Amino acid sequence: MVIKIVTDVDLNEAYQYLQAPGAGGIDLFVGTVRDHAKGKKVVKLVFEAYAPMALKEMQKIAEAAQQQWPLEKLVMLHAVGEKLVGEPVVIIGVASAHRDAAFSACRFLIDELKKTVPIWKKEFYEDNSVWVNAHP
Amino acid sequence: MEILLFGITREIVGGSTLTVEPEQPLETVGQLKNWLADRYPAIKKLSSLAIAVDSEYADDAHPLAPGQEVALIPPVSGG
Repeated sequence: MVIKIVTDVDLNEAYQYLQAPGAGGIDLFVGTVRDHAKGKKVVKLVFEAYAPMALKEMQKIAEAAQQQWPLEKLVMLHAVGEKLVGEPVVIIGVASAHRDAAFSACRFLIDELKKTVPIWKKEFYEDNSVWVNAHP
Repeated sequence: MEILLFGITREIVGGSTLTVEPEQPLETVGQLKNWLADRYPAIKKLSSLAIAVDSEYADDAHPLAPGQEVALIPPVSGG
């Protein structure tokens, strides 16, 4: 498996890695910067990670997915730093013999990443900025 | 003890690390949380606050000891 925190996530790198003779399906999820949030226009996002712990937590999630589904390959890439509208910030990919496992594992990996991995995003609007999820 | 700060906790405290010098030694993660909440009221307003010891989530009963890497983990928002 490939698990990385990088300045720029690379879809080609992920897809190249996921090629496997035994795979009949490759699922890729790409999370991108959306231009709006809670009715406000978003200008950019800034991501920050506690990298050593984030990599450990991503590894745990990846291992849990491998226990649950038969996966040939697995990739998790997350960006840090400033990202503009439309830019990719996270790539999750799996290769499996059949599509059911690939879809399910891909969904599980991104959902769990959002719950436990110590990465933070600050949303910048035209007039102010907030750390997402920080307050109830 | 020096602790690592990220995201909103870095802004609340005003730096990427905080030197914790308590009058009474802090023996557990829970005691550290209380110490922080007393000094930084803004921390109490967060949706949640976790603490990592040696880059693993640690519960309130987890003991603190010299040489550990301790970090504040405010609500995560990756992806």
